[in-house]
Amino acid sequence: MAAAKKGRRSSGSQGYPGRALAVILIALVALTGGIFLSGQRTPRLGIDLAGGVSITLQAKANQGSAVNKANMNTAVDIINRRVNGLGVSEAEVQTQGSKNIIVNIPKGTNADQAEKQVGTTAQLYFRQVLAQLPGTPTKPTPAPSGSATPTPSGSATPKSTATPKSTATSKSTATPSNSASPQGRAVTDALKSGTDKAPTPSPTAPVPTAPATGTTGSTAAADTSIPADLQAKLEKLDCTDPNQRATAVENNKAGEKVVACGQSGGQWIKYALGPSLIDGKRVTSANAAFDTQQGNGWVVNLTFDGSGSKQFTSVTGQLASQQTPNNQFAIDLDGDVQSAPSVSQALTGGSAQISGSFTQQSAEDLANVLKYGSLPLAFDIQDKTTVSAALGGEQLRGGLIAGAVGLALVVLYLVAYYRGLSLVALASLLVSAVLTYTLMCLLGSAIGFALNLPAVCGAIVAIGITADSFIVFFERIRDELRDGRSLQPAVARGWPRARRTILVSDFVSFLAAAVLFVVSVGKVQGFAFTLGLTTLLDVAVVFLFTKPLMTILATRPFFAKGHKWSGLNPESLGVRRAPLRSVRRKPSETKEA
Amino acid sequence: MSKLGTLGHKLHRGEVSYDFVGKRKIWYGISILITIVAIVGLAVNGLKEGIEFSGGAVFNTPKTTMSVSDVQNKISGDTGGHDATVQKLGNGGVRIQVSGLSTDASKQSQQQIAQSLNMPKDKIDAEIVGPSWGKEISQKAFEGLIIFLVLVVVYLAIAFEWRMAVAALVALLHDLTITVGVYALVGFEVTPGTVIGLLTILGYSLYDTVVVFDGLKEASKDITKQSKFTYSDVANRSLNSTLVRSINTTVVALLPVAALLFIGGGILGAGMLNDIALALFVGLTAGAYSSIFIATPIVAEFKEREPRMKALRKRVLAKRAADAAKGEQGEPEDAVIDDADGIDGDEPEDGATAAAGVVGQRTQGAAAGTRPARNQPPGRGSRGSRNRPSGKRR
Repeated sequence: MAAAKKGRRSSGSQGYPGRALAVILIALVALTGGIFLSGQRTPRLGIDLAGGVSITLQAKANQGSAVNKANMNTAVDIINRRVNGLGVSEAEVQTQGSKNIIVNIPKGTNADQAEKQVGTTAQLYFRQVLAQLPGTPTKPTPAPSGSATPTPSGSATPKSTATPKSTATSKSTATPSNSASPQGRAVTDALKSGTDKAPTPSPTAPVPTAPATGTTGSTAAADTSIPADLQAKLEKLDCTDPNQRATAVENNKAGEKVVACGQSGGQWIKYALGPSLIDGKRVTSANAAFDTQQGNGWVVNLTFDGSGSKQFTSVTGQLASQQTPNNQFAIDLDGDVQSAPSVSQALTGGSAQISGSFTQQSAEDLANVLKYGSLPLAFDIQDKTTVSAALGGEQLRGGLIAGAVGLALVVLYLVAYYRGLSLVALASLLVSAVLTYTLMCLLGSAIGFALNLPAVCGAIVAIGITADSFIVFFERIRDELRDGRSLQPAVARGWPRARRTILVSDFVSFLAAAVLFVVSVGKVQGFAFTLGLTTLLDVAVVFLFTKPLMTILATRPFFAKGHKWSGLNPESLGVRRAPLRSVRRKPSETKEA
Repeated sequence: MSKLGTLGHKLHRGEVSYDFVGKRKIWYGISILITIVAIVGLAVNGLKEGIEFSGGAVFNTPKTTMSVSDVQNKISGDTGGHDATVQKLGNGGVRIQVSGLSTDASKQSQQQIAQSLNMPKDKIDAEIVGPSWGKEISQKAFEGLIIFLVLVVVYLAIAFEWRMAVAALVALLHDLTITVGVYALVGFEVTPGTVIGLLTILGYSLYDTVVVFDGLKEASKDITKQSKFTYSDVANRSLNSTLVRSINTTVVALLPVAALLFIGGGILGAGMLNDIALALFVGLTAGAYSSIFIATPIVAEFKEREPRMKALRKRVLAKRAADAAKGEQGEPEDAVIDDADGIDGDEPEDGATAAAGVVGQRTQGAAAGTRPARNQPPGRGSRGSRNRPSGKRR
């Protein structure tokens, strides 16, 4: 308690009851206004109460023995975290049969977005670019060798080489060079850039089957040769055709050289890529950010773990010494090239950046997906259907009726026992109810907070627990009255002790909430969130509302003089002599008992 | 109201006192008995895991016009005693999930459900589903619990002292064991709702205990500076003086839960409401009980072993013997009354002038000092007994 006792606001709430009341009033108005403005006037309900969307995922058939129980369970855990990152959205994920996963998402969630989140495998590889070509027109520009036409592929590189200077400077990272969008433009100003850098090496790439090797030869690891079959594939590939893209994705194996498509600035680009150099498993965290410095728009920042950052440094060091396009590395996510920045020097610091044509939403989705790791399996979405609430409406209705009955009983009890004082308690309960309700509504749209039946029950129980704080306070005041004080000093003296008790016990509750929130996942995390929220609200209401209200009411004759119905009548508290300042009552017919 | 209010006053003044600490053996005995029953129940019956934990079977029916509750009623006998969750799907079909069914049992259920719903069996597809509350969630929740318990013991040891921390932990484990045991005995399925109910109890039980300890700490602040009361006496007094508050907080917390239990269990029959409300009801009751009857007596027990407290006890007993020798005179007894108030540590000033606090504090209560002069002769006889340590009275 030593910690809790260093009560911050000993003077504040004591001195200016009006101010504290104003603060809470403003908060009430702001929150209530908030729910009307946001249009979210009821809390979102969990899938057990409101139903939602059920998505069935099926493991892709070509994965053989990888479709086993362990991998399925890992996939369930990862998907659960993706759709339920904070644990408050009440989504449910479970296996069905041997190769399906069902994901249930409560109503009101953006189902399309959720679908993307659950279906993305998120296998992330960093690969060396062996060759790149504009996405479609390979057929039109087939055989003719080193002539002018093929330049587009190379053209990208001058652009990207321009950017790396920033890679060098930006201490923390990575790969600001936005190779993607320049490439889009590159197609148009191909000639110009082509002439910029006379020895554009890339023209060699498309035509002679295994040319690039000759140019480098520098570092051992980098085998930039393109086998004939891959070259053929690359030339045939038409990235504008979804089927072909899907085939490319399916053949995307970490350890092999592959062909892949990527889109930038509305243009498809196709790549021949080397084996994976760094695996996405090395990523420890990911977040979306808006890149104002490089003008890349929305980007996703990645942080590698120890060995990942070492690999990244050595790989970028090797790439930097090579010619274009071999000095580019492609960020390959599930077979799609997100971007393929070029590297001019080894990048240290253990972080990287993915840029591309992201919107805020897509950047955040990608960051979320990368953060929780890749699925061990690839899935197809097999079915998507709405589901009704699992609990009949009568359970919610029953819960609400029970809540109303419980509340009525609490009110009756408080009124019977505390009389006039119960008004303070009821007003406080009301304030705390409004705060809780509005916050839950707003959190529904802000972080996807959803109320399931256990949470509704928790809220009902919270009625009693919140009332506890008031009772602690009231009993303190009464004890002071029993010692013969009049009301105002009794409130002033009772408060510091009640405050300490309330802070110590609320601190314990909050500790439970904080630890569970940080450590656990899923529904337990959701519970911890609710517990922490109600605990903080409890403290806020007692400090900013109950106490100031009491201070003000203590000056009112009704309470100060201990009216029979005030609940503070010393006589009915059993005190035999009247408080000093109170009106003379007829010498008490001392009820001895 | 005023009855409880008057009782509150008497408890505050020490006129009425219940002997919680002195009779601790009885309470321990009761608790140990209940705990044993709970553990036996747990060992024999085990816990019935809901579909969220153990998985089960899922049946999808073709399009039907039956409502969710129709289906629920019709299939209630087909699930081998397990709980069924029914959801209507977007295509008009129904999804029925049944916990704890093995592959074989699910075939049988499939047959029965098909009959009950009057549908061809091959139109209903059955599959085994895995848990949605995976091992990982349980494991992390457990880790969180352990970390929390360690932190809370450390915190209570700093804020109060290690004895109280240990006592609070014992009380908490007591509450959790009893609640889990009741689940095993009643045979309700353990659902995420249950787990969440248990976690709520965790917070509530500690809250209650901490409130009681806070009063105890305050009451025993200057305990070694007097020689009228042993630690147990003071602990008992402190419990008594906060008894009304404990009763009120418990009643107020239990009322809504009782409403849940009654409406959930009595009117709706089995269901999630029932599961949660039962956990909460049992847990909250146990929590209120243990903070008074278990936690505080344990603290007293620990404290009495401290050399300081042993010395105190010796002094107190000696003094009492002396007082008894002095006989039936009224005066010294009144002095004792004032001391009693002093120990309550009501005024912060007491700390500063501790000695005065013991001897004749309550300056404005000098008014009280003139008590003999005031108009309650009738009270005296009964009050006379007050000085006797409450621990010995009943």
